[in-house]
Amino acid sequence: MMKMPVFRITAITSFLTGTAAFIAAPNLYAEWGLNLPPPSSPVAADILDLHNMIMLVCLIILIIVSGAMFWSVFRHRKSRGAVAAKFSHSTKLEIVWTIIPFLILVGMAIPSTNVLLKMEDTTDSTLTIKVTGYQWKWRYEYPEQGISFFSTLSTARDQIENKADKGENYLLEVDNPIVLPEGRKVRILLTANDVIHAWWIPKFGVKKDAIPGYINEMWVNVDEPGTYRGQCAELCGKDHGYMPIVAEVLSEQDFNAWVESQTQLQAVADEAADKTWSSEELMARGKEVYGQCAACHGAEGQGVPGAFPAIAGSAIATGPIDSHVDLVMNGRPGTAMAAFKTQLNDLDVAAVITYQRNSFGNNTGDAVQPAEIKAKR
Amino acid sequence: MSGVPGSYYLPNPSVWPIIGSIGLFSLALGFAMLLNDVGAGPWIMLCGVAIILYMMAGWFGTVIGESESGHYNDHVDMSFRLSMGWFIFSEIMFFAGFFGALFYARMLAVPWLADTELLWPGYGGGWPTAGPEGETAIAADTPVQAGQFSTIGAWGIPFVNTAILLTSSVTVTIAHWALKNNDRGKLVLWLAITVVLGAIFLVLQAMEYIHAYSELGLTLGTGVYGATFFMLTGFHGFHVTIGAIILTVILFRCIRGHFKPKYHFAFEAAAWYWHFVDTVWVGLFIFVYVL
Amino acid sequence: MATADIAHHDDHDHHPYGFMRWVTTTNHKDIGTMYLIFSLVMFFVGGAMAMMIRAELFQPGLQVIDPQTFNMMTTMHALIMIFGAVMPGFVGFANWQIPLMIGAPDMALPRLNNWSFWILPFAFTMLLGTLLVEGGGPAGGWTLYAPLSIQGGMGVDMTILAIHMMGISSVLGAINVIVTIFNMRAPSMTLMKMPLFVWTWLITAFLLIAVMPVLAGAVTMLLTDRHFGTAFFDPAGGGDPVLFQHVFWFFGHPEVYILILPAFGVISEIIPTFARKPLFGYDSMVFATAGIAFLSFIVWAHHMFTVGMPLTGELFFMYSTMLIAVPTGVKVFNWISTMWRGSMTFETPMLFAVAVVFLFTIGGLSGLMLAITPADFQYHDTYFVVAHFHYVLFSGSIMAMMGAVYYWLPKWTGHMYNEKLGQLHFWLTAIFFNITFFPQHFLGLAGMPRRIPDYALQFTEFNVVSSIGAFGLGIAQLLFVYIVVQTIRGGQKASDEVWEGSHGLEWTLPSPPPYHTFATPPQVR
Ligand code: HEA
Ligand code: HEA
Ligand code: HEC
Ligand code: CUA
Ligand SMILES: [Cu+2]
Repeated sequence: MMKMPVFRITAITSFLTGTAAFIAAPNLYAEWGLNLPPPSSPVAADILDLHNMIMLVCLIILIIVSGAMFWSVFRHRKSRGAVAAKFSHSTKLEIVWTIIPFLILVGMAIPSTNVLLKMEDTTDSTLTIKVTGYQWKWRYEYPEQGISFFSTLSTARDQIENKADKGENYLLEVDNPIVLPEGRKVRILLTANDVIHAWWIPKFGVKKDAIPGYINEMWVNVDEPGTYRGQCAELCGKDHGYMPIVAEVLSEQDFNAWVESQTQLQAVADEAADKTWSSEELMARGKEVYGQCAACHGAEGQGVPGAFPAIAGSAIATGPIDSHVDLVMNGRPGTAMAAFKTQLNDLDVAAVITYQRNSFGNNTGDAVQPAEIKAKR
Repeated sequence: MSGVPGSYYLPNPSVWPIIGSIGLFSLALGFAMLLNDVGAGPWIMLCGVAIILYMMAGWFGTVIGESESGHYNDHVDMSFRLSMGWFIFSEIMFFAGFFGALFYARMLAVPWLADTELLWPGYGGGWPTAGPEGETAIAADTPVQAGQFSTIGAWGIPFVNTAILLTSSVTVTIAHWALKNNDRGKLVLWLAITVVLGAIFLVLQAMEYIHAYSELGLTLGTGVYGATFFMLTGFHGFHVTIGAIILTVILFRCIRGHFKPKYHFAFEAAAWYWHFVDTVWVGLFIFVYVL
Repeated sequence: MATADIAHHDDHDHHPYGFMRWVTTTNHKDIGTMYLIFSLVMFFVGGAMAMMIRAELFQPGLQVIDPQTFNMMTTMHALIMIFGAVMPGFVGFANWQIPLMIGAPDMALPRLNNWSFWILPFAFTMLLGTLLVEGGGPAGGWTLYAPLSIQGGMGVDMTILAIHMMGISSVLGAINVIVTIFNMRAPSMTLMKMPLFVWTWLITAFLLIAVMPVLAGAVTMLLTDRHFGTAFFDPAGGGDPVLFQHVFWFFGHPEVYILILPAFGVISEIIPTFARKPLFGYDSMVFATAGIAFLSFIVWAHHMFTVGMPLTGELFFMYSTMLIAVPTGVKVFNWISTMWRGSMTFETPMLFAVAVVFLFTIGGLSGLMLAITPADFQYHDTYFVVAHFHYVLFSGSIMAMMGAVYYWLPKWTGHMYNEKLGQLHFWLTAIFFNITFFPQHFLGLAGMPRRIPDYALQFTEFNVVSSIGAFGLGIAQLLFVYIVVQTIRGGQKASDEVWEGSHGLEWTLPSPPPYHTFATPPQVR
């Protein structure tokens, strides 16, 4: 009898919480996914099958084991007049429950090994893409096609700060997605520039760490054209949560067209570097590029005290141009300030420096031309 | 006296532990401040060292007092033995971590880097190495030019040092026999020889470091070779220093007539520690210098 | 004179009073109490940080804390829970119980025992102090992976040095436990007669001595890479960031068994008492514990399947990890067989014990799924992992500790706790725990990475549920404190056996036991 109120109180509390949870959860986004997402590549399909299999085995084990326990809990209780038996061991039983689990494990290990062997086989690929992780963006390079670009989060700051409604692909959208051809085995080479990141798209069934100084390999072969989303999956600092991965999978034809257009863009950019730019043009361009710096130095150039210096009033951004250019191009080893010459083209470096020197209250009036940057490379 | 059968000596409340904790805290805090150029770091750190030394003197003094006045019995003695054994085991695991780092870097990481043409074009790997962007290794014990480093050959000072440490293991054992036979003169003599050998080892090691820094271009910053080399030999040298200090203390106690042929755990603990330090050195000699 | 120092009396010991009594004490009961109080405080501090994490994750978008602070909270939450709540908690139980269970007058090295404890408050002051220095606390996750941990300011150095201090404390404490068990048993207490709690602690202590120094080595290398120009983890100098992970997890995996083995010991004490039936398969329990400890040294890289190890490595670590299910299964089966055909009652300790067996099995089975390399590529660094380890850590270690408190508190204080409130605390904890962490399995499978302050909209619902569960779980723990305080201050007198089915030396002593116990060794049947 003593237990009744206890049960009742807990029952009421848990009922209330459950209801609260339902009401609080805005059903707007209702997805309630319970399992791995539907696979879009052979590897992901294999993993899903494997997952379902081991999941089932584990569930069955859980049901049997806890079934035995709860049966005993309900039947062998003193209040039902149970009298304790005296037995305290049984060698036979103990051998049985050592061997059976072992056999179950062997049964699980065999298909797992097969899937693993398949995943690790990167031979016979027809396209290679190099992926480099940066704090906090991805760089995609197609060495054979001579294409290279960066990919950063494109969700507006206002959405993150709850000042605007969140879009459908909140935090899972980027400016330049990686583009893959459909139905081809693509080999991906992974590395990183600063700290460890991990490249992961759940529907592709691949996840691998991008480690500075080392190259990891993996492959994907996507069944269908479409847009696929994932996220950086290794803690890489402040904006680890804002480093999405979006893959655009195109048909063979569209892919070739895309390669063509990228090659042209590259040529335009090269030309731009030789031209002389007006301050306004540089400032406009610089404001855009500064988006990459804002993660650390703040949208208003205010920095993060103790971690990232402010640009507003910074001795470097208001001092001699050369040391400013040098810092941005070569970074500062051992800190999060990277060498941006490997990440930005001449125009962008020139523009962002101009922008930093003439914003947030800095007004040096300087304008840096791309040609000056080119000369320093 | 602990004459009651089966009784175990339980010390009274003691202030030494809390003093030790305060010392540790200010040592660590001061060190962290020092590393980051914050204000009074070095002074706080020195305070910590002083407090810890004070604690050790006080704590060991108490233990020696208890021991000499006969509070301890076989049972307590066994506790001390076991704990010293396990403490040495923990030290072995500490070194195991650094040895593991050495093996991993040498057997796996460097060959992988050498295979990574895309990122490190032209890097050939091999051992010794300071990595793709570090100095190039040249033959051992050769004067270097800019951008080069040279290693310390095994058969010069390191070999002599091996001989010295192994000899000192023997001498401390001779001293132990002497103690068991209650031959005090011999005990003091051989123990003193051990301490002197330890000191010579340290002097040679220091000379070797100076040589490495000033002539061989081999420093802590010489890539993974320099890192593993100095981490392993440095921590070992630190342990030799501690061991030598302990032996010196024991030596003075012997001179004062402490220890009995049957009860002399502190002496044995020091000797065990010394053997452990020697054994680690043999591992170092083989894996760091010879191979 | 000297006789007064010897522990064969009870009352007229001279020791300081008030605060200094606690600071200078060499008594295992005092030290055990301090460890337990410290653990409870840390549980609340770490829990408060978890509340901040869950508050931020209640809704998508940034509301409560900025991303950098969020990472600090995650990092500190884990360090504090593991090194501040669970490890010291179990050392507290060891201090109180091991001497009572083996018939010893105290721990073997009482002064060292005091030091092991008193290092901790200083170490955690240092760790928490990082929040006050420029640049803030460590934000690279409790695993402190290089090169992320090479970045960051003085807070990271303070964390490293705090870890060194915790390591010293743990190693000294573990040496004390081992020596006590080997050297202080009553003459007729043979090894194979020792209570299982003592056995699991013996093996835990061994693990501690074996791996804490390795952790110290790992963070030392981090420190020299940060400040002394070494290149252990810097590829440009021939090092490898992954080296840190190998050294860390060589410590880290045995560490998780350090966190669970004493809990297994507690469960093995509680279940026989309330089943009124001897523990089933004592010998195989001992061997299984030893087997788990052995295997724990050769499975570490299952935390690193995605770093791109050679295939043979991945296969080896997959197989070896899976093997751990066998000895762990033996333990689970033995507990169930102990309950089988017993005569059970369900006082609060037993409720906790039964829940631990059930919920730990869930956590263990999800661990087994993580061990399957190709599947782990999907699970790794998602909330599936977070769910796994809270099932083994919270509903394994923490709930076992709570059960142990209810089980032994009457012995220690001489007062019975309030059974009704105890059961209420149990049910609230068990239910809210599941509301908090069960949905995290789904989040992980759906693709939510861990260690993120903000998430895509498809993860909203389960996060809301999880956060509400967490707040409930937090509030329920206030009840726990209330019950414990109430019991310490008074209540119904507890008998010497306390529990009808209790069995073992500690229950032959009065409740509460005198300040010094077993000055003359007891007889063991
Ligand atoms: C108390 C702590 C604890 C315990 C006991 C365990 C137990 C286990 N853990 Fe867990 N683990 C953690 C704490 C713990 N773990 C933590 C903290 C992390 C994350 C660290 C971080 O990254 O921050 C982690 C992460 C972790 C990973 C890495 C995941 C990843 O990051 O990708 C893996 C992978 O293999 C794993 C596996 C296991 C296994 C196989 C067990 C086994 O010991 C479980 C064995 C038990 C059973 C299997 C159930 C009972 C058995 C039976 C009923 C018998 C029948 C069963 C069969 C035949 C299958 N754990
Ligand atoms: C023993 C270990 C342990 C314990 C007990 C817990 C307990 C809890 N943990 Fe934790 N957790 C870890 C170990 C543990 N955790 C580890 C190792 C990680 C990985 C970290 C990493 O990635 O590096 C982690 C990470 C982790 C995450 C993922 C964070 C991320 O990836 O970003 C989350 C999120 O929900 C979480 C939640 C919780 C909750 C809700 C509890 C609850 O059980 C807590 C219950 C709450 C209380 C007991 C507190 C009561 C407090 C109050 C009522 C507040 C008022 C009081 C004061 C202010 C004084 N934990
Ligand atoms: C990942 C974080 C990060 C990003 C992104 C970043 N910086 Fe920095 N930056 C830093 C850090 C850290 C420092 C301080 C380095 C030091 O300690 O000297 C710094 C310093 C600077 C300084 C010197 C400020 C001073 O007064 O000391 C300038 C100028 C600067 N960065 C420009 C840029 C530009 C331009 C960009 C983008 C193209 C950028 N940064 C992107 C982290 C970053
Ligand atoms: Cu990049 Cu996380
Ligand atoms: Cu593990």
